[in-house]
Amino acid sequence: MAFLMASAIGVLVAAGIFLLLRARTFPVILGLSLLSYGVNLFLVTMGRLRGGSAPILVAGVTDQVDPLPQALVLTAIVIGFGMTAFLVVLALRARLTLGNDHVDGEEPDA
Amino acid sequence: MTLLLIVLLPFLGALIPPLLIRRGRTVAALAAGAVPVAALALLIPLWPTVRDGGVPRWRIPWLPQIGLEFDIRLDGLAFLFAALVLGIGVLIVVYARYYLSERDPMGRFYALLLLFMGAMTGLALSGNLLLSAIFWELTSLSSFLLIGYWTHRADARDGARTALAVTGLGGLALLGGVLLIGRIVGSFDLDVVLASGALVKADPLYPVVLTLVLLGAFTKSAQVPFHFWLPGAMAAPTPVSAYLHSATMVKAGVFLLARLFPVLAGTDLWFTLVVGAGLLTLIVGAYSAMFQNDLKGLLAYSTISHLGLITLLFGFGTAEAAVAALFHLINHATFKASLFMAAGIIDHETGTRDMRTLNGLWRTMPYTGVLAVIAASAMAGVPLFNGFLSKEMFFAETLAVPPGVAWRWVIPAAATLYGVFSVTYSIRFVYEVFFSGPGTGMPKEPHEAPRWMRIPVEVLAVLAILVGIFPNLIVRPLLTASAAATTGGVIPPIELHVWHGFNLPLLMTVIALVGGFFLFRRLNVLLSVRGGYVRSVSAKGLFDDGLFAVLRMARRLTRTLETGSLQRYVLYFVLAAIVLAVAPVVRHGWPLGAETSVPADGPLIAGWGVLVACAIGTVVWRRQRLVALIVISGAGVMVTLAFARIGAPDLALTQLLVEVVTTMLLLLALHHLPQEAAAGSSRGRLVRDGAIALTAGAGMAAITWAVLTRPFSSISTYFLENAKTQGGGTNVVNVILVDFRGFDTLGEIAVIGIAALGVTMMLDGLHADPRGRPFLMSRDRTPLILTSIARPLLPFALMMSVYIFLRGHNMPGGGFIAAILTSIAIMLQFMANGIPWTAARLRVRPQPVIAWGVLIAVATGVASMLYGSTFLDLAFTYVDFPLIGEVELATALFFDLGVYLTVVAAVILMLTALGALSSDAAAPDDYASEGDPWRS
Repeated sequence: MAFLMASAIGVLVAAGIFLLLRARTFPVILGLSLLSYGVNLFLVTMGRLRGGSAPILVAGVTDQVDPLPQALVLTAIVIGFGMTAFLVVLALRARLTLGNDHVDGEEPDA
Repeated sequence: MTLLLIVLLPFLGALIPPLLIRRGRTVAALAAGAVPVAALALLIPLWPTVRDGGVPRWRIPWLPQIGLEFDIRLDGLAFLFAALVLGIGVLIVVYARYYLSERDPMGRFYALLLLFMGAMTGLALSGNLLLSAIFWELTSLSSFLLIGYWTHRADARDGARTALAVTGLGGLALLGGVLLIGRIVGSFDLDVVLASGALVKADPLYPVVLTLVLLGAFTKSAQVPFHFWLPGAMAAPTPVSAYLHSATMVKAGVFLLARLFPVLAGTDLWFTLVVGAGLLTLIVGAYSAMFQNDLKGLLAYSTISHLGLITLLFGFGTAEAAVAALFHLINHATFKASLFMAAGIIDHETGTRDMRTLNGLWRTMPYTGVLAVIAASAMAGVPLFNGFLSKEMFFAETLAVPPGVAWRWVIPAAATLYGVFSVTYSIRFVYEVFFSGPGTGMPKEPHEAPRWMRIPVEVLAVLAILVGIFPNLIVRPLLTASAAATTGGVIPPIELHVWHGFNLPLLMTVIALVGGFFLFRRLNVLLSVRGGYVRSVSAKGLFDDGLFAVLRMARRLTRTLETGSLQRYVLYFVLAAIVLAVAPVVRHGWPLGAETSVPADGPLIAGWGVLVACAIGTVVWRRQRLVALIVISGAGVMVTLAFARIGAPDLALTQLLVEVVTTMLLLLALHHLPQEAAAGSSRGRLVRDGAIALTAGAGMAAITWAVLTRPFSSISTYFLENAKTQGGGTNVVNVILVDFRGFDTLGEIAVIGIAALGVTMMLDGLHADPRGRPFLMSRDRTPLILTSIARPLLPFALMMSVYIFLRGHNMPGGGFIAAILTSIAIMLQFMANGIPWTAARLRVRPQPVIAWGVLIAVATGVASMLYGSTFLDLAFTYVDFPLIGEVELATALFFDLGVYLTVVAAVILMLTALGALSSDAAAPDDYASEGDPWRS
């Protein structure tokens, strides 16, 4: 599973960064989303993939996985949503005010 | 405590004049003057202790980890310097009251002046070298502000900038030197440092230490080749020139030489560097002073020359020379400050400082004339004035240079030449201003200055004479105490005599007086011969060239890097991140461990396949944006499943719900963005970005792989063990969020709230562009089927939220998840019924709810403080609810309620703001075309 997780994170980050480097706002937003997926998976993986039950205390169960990365990632997901929303609106505002959707705010010289 | 007050008084006092200036300039001046008077009143009673060799001290640790203490230490040298700073400070405050015009902001002036006074007093009394460095920088900063006091004048700004650059760089060098001393000695405590002279001098780093400290001292005390900032600083108001740039601040450099005298002085290197710089400065300053036409320019170069003299004396490294240096330091402060103030009076009354225009003022300003003649005589070293005594001592010391020093005759010869020059410029100052010409043709009709403007000059002139005639009575005790503190105990008996008999120093004085007189007679010839060649290679010119070269380079660099293209900046960021991540791998390799993970199975591999396909699909279809959006949500679902699979049900729930709202958000946004991308990037750029992306991805995969094979240790055992006992919940993730790491969560909901408000602000006043509607819009804004399903769904969804909210502390759930669930349910109503219909029935504006949510969370934290616990340390108890059974009621629940309210309101606010934008453009007939449906 380590290989699957590592490669999935790699693909998500690669795809995210490729889109992040694009010139139009919409792919950049998509890229950030993919990058967030990758990073969130990466963070939660820091608690290792050794199996085990959810970090909920039940009598007799002692093999809970690491709860700390989960708490961090939960925060990250919600913050990520706030960031995406802000970015989307920024892109919208730029598009409606400047008349184009290039991240630099102007069409490159032909 | 008294000691602390002496240092703090000026700093505290600096606040008063700007507040009192509304009550009049005299009131502000009185308040400002009271500060140094009060400080002196505290300082002077300590004199008997200091005289008898006591060192009063007050200290408190500041940053003990690095050896920084707020350490006030009063020995003889510190007393001398502090008394000088405070005493002349009083006179300057009085003088400035009449010097500054009605237009000048006097409150600011006095505030800055007192700030400087505090910095200077602190430097004098500091008993810790690091603290000294701090006060040292403060004097540079306050000097910068005071030189640039007349901000509208270009020369003031230029002078201030030059002074700050030179003294600031020197200050950095000094800091380096101080840190090295601390490293060698093992302490910054002045007592320890002063006792470690032999240790420092024997250290291989001694030359470096010495060079750095001397750079600090020489830049501050305007030694050649760093002297050029001082004439530029004359753009400051004259009280500032008199105070900072002749009497006190420029003396900080020589004070430093005195302070570290036992630590650094006495080596050959010290002799070469300090005597060399002092000698050069002595001659260059005095020579240049003769050719200045500006009164203040003449005094500035003369100051440079006298500072060279003091430096030279310290350079000799003997106790006798140190005594002479300290004596001259006092004398120079008195006569030069009074000369500057006289120059200021002349400027004030005639409107010019140019000696080619000034003439014959003896007729109209005899009183100022007398004062100027007294001070100039002291400057020239005429017998019976204080300058004569210290100059005689200086001459005697130049003759006492031990044999063995090559070219030793150069020093007394240069000293005599300096004497000639100084007599010449002193005569020029007095003659051209007061005695040449008819006393007409100046911009203003001259007359005597106000009474109180002359008093400070009188005080100093009287002092110059009294010291000159009764030196033993007035300065010997002070000199003895300060010299003892400077040299570290061993001082020769100090003999101050007005008449020494016929000897070599007296002969040198006679040569200086006679030679100076004759040189003055021939000065016009010199003035005409001396062309512009000295100017053309001046140090100031070099400095300016260097400065502009640096600025040009900075501008070019900025223009290259800062192109204004965000796309390029993102590229820089990504590249920098890759470099930062790769660097440690290059250094330490890529060590793998032997840890194993659970083996993969069929569903896992299938999920992996879908996730990878969705990620790649998003890239491939990035131009068909609706398609890309659908594909990327596939990736989101897979990530959700991954969370569920690895034992993170809270994450899976959150991700799933966030996925829904994000998709809604992006759909709304896509409504206004072009559906198909414009012309794509060039092939070369795609290949480049692809390579970068693959590198980054491969790097992340490699790091993940390495981490997963390495041994695991975590601090989480603590959370697992204490979640129930301390946090009162069994869902450890939730307990971490609301209790252990509650502060993080509090910050986070604040961010979400701010983001939501930012979204509405950004959409404020924005109107969608109705041209080229991308989608085929449904004509039916409230489709019947959706409406009929959505409305009955709401109560169920809300009930589900309550359930998830309540159980969150023990089972997967909690405020975040419940909040997003609620928002989805409400958003469904908006979509089904339209915004106005739904907003009208909600009756609550989201903006205040965000605020209430954050407030509730904060209040929960504060409440736990009221119960004697720390902020956000939450309590819990068990309550029996009818029907539901025993429910644990933790204050965490209140905190989670705050989280819930904030997130619900934020999500709804963001989505409706966007939605309103769409409906606004789609159907402008029904409702007001406002971006914010919650406005009314």
